[in-house]
Amino acid sequence: VTNSAPSMINLIGSESDSQRTLYPYVTGTSVVGIKYKDGILLAADMGGSYGSTLRYKTVERLKTVGKHSIIGASGEISDFQEIMRNLDELILYDNMWDDGNSLGPKEVHNYLTRMMYNRRNKFNPLWNSLVLGGVKNGQKYLGTVSMIGVHYEDNHVATGFGNHLARPLLRDEWHADMTFEEGVKLLEKCMRVLLYRDRSAVNKLQIAKITEEGVTISQPYALKTFWNFSAFQNPTAGAEGSW
Amino acid sequence: MDMSSGDLNAPHSMGTTIIGVTYNGGVVLGADSRTSTGMYVANRASDKITQLTDNVYICRSGSAADSQIVSDYVRYFLHQHTIQLGQPSTVKVAANLVRLLSYNNKNSLQTGLIVGGWDKYEGGKIYGIPLGGTVLELPFTIGGSGSSYLYGFFDQVWKEGMTQEEAEKLVVKAVSLAIARDGASGGVVRTVTIDKDGATRKFYPSETLPLWHEELEPQESLLDILSTASPEPMIS
Repeated sequence: VTNSAPSMINLIGSESDSQRTLYPYVTGTSVVGIKYKDGILLAADMGGSYGSTLRYKTVERLKTVGKHSIIGASGEISDFQEIMRNLDELILYDNMWDDGNSLGPKEVHNYLTRMMYNRRNKFNPLWNSLVLGGVKNGQKYLGTVSMIGVHYEDNHVATGFGNHLARPLLRDEWHADMTFEEGVKLLEKCMRVLLYRDRSAVNKLQIAKITEEGVTISQPYALKTFWNFSAFQNPTAGAEGSW
Repeated sequence: MDMSSGDLNAPHSMGTTIIGVTYNGGVVLGADSRTSTGMYVANRASDKITQLTDNVYICRSGSAADSQIVSDYVRYFLHQHTIQLGQPSTVKVAANLVRLLSYNNKNSLQTGLIVGGWDKYEGGKIYGIPLGGTVLELPFTIGGSGSSYLYGFFDQVWKEGMTQEEAEKLVVKAVSLAIARDGASGGVVRTVTIDKDGATRKFYPSETLPLWHEELEPQESLLDILSTASPEPMIS
């Protein structure tokens, strides 16, 4: 999932016509999500990058939406904050009906898709890739929406770098009805690889769990990393100047 | 498409160093005093810490025009809000008003802001509002081009629950360090400390600041050095 070169947008209408977001400022990196036996697990780190600077290190990119869903966002944080305002209002109005019904993950995902796609059509996207997971009436749901409105559901999803680094791991190792422990270990494996290989990753993450009982988001924690390969000790011994 | 200046889309910070720090009982806001137009220093004694209400101030960085107009609008709205509310507005409301302007005009504005103040509900609070209009409530935050030189410094020395004196000393030291290395920051260090009793402005001219690496003690004139020096002061 890619965005067209920003410079092309200028060809289709003059600058003065309308406001359009040309590029993001404070950004979050990958979000990874899987279905497991009891529900859904999402993982995201807590970094808010400002260009190449790792500026904010305690940004919550996983948020609960009502009683049944959790949203994870990558991309521009200010746009995510705006999306959350819209979602909180949606949930509030839903609760005000007081009719015993509540918006489930499928409905929320659809709402997000419409929001993102309609903004994309106006050439003023919300610069985010979102993961929406939830459980309602025993039904597990895991979906994703991109900034141009591409949306789909699957047993495992990822955004950003996660598409390239996490999804191959998930394709290999995910299976139906994983236990909570297996699920967490798999997500942590993905997050560790992202920490090694994604420049904008920070070592402080949260894992969110959604089951029929409810939604919870873990407190922030850091992962151990391994650097003790013998090949790392003296890699340029036989070829000085190389790396 | 201008290619010579590299990646035009990377966020870039502009002239200034601004800091906001919470302590046990309030907040300290700090800034340098240099406003530049290109390479020329247009104002060497500017005041970048602007009042929004009696209990809320804002540090401005980036475009002087953009930050001033945002402050003016927010001050105007807060004034009316205070009258309607019947009591001092909260820091959170001030920060949210700034957010509305920054976020909804993100394509036109180039200003990074720090909102800091004290209210009776939450005490001292600092909100960072960088380019794009993200709002983050933080124990401390830094901004402006000079802030690049302070990330490591704050990572090392920051601690929760400082006293007012510790917090003020930290802010002054930090702005002073940034001024030493950032060409776009300079002049004097200004601070505003806000607690339950209100806001206090302080001013630190360069003589009061410590000297850093490779900086020399300022002298009136070489002639003074010569007169007090040993027989062979002029080295050939």
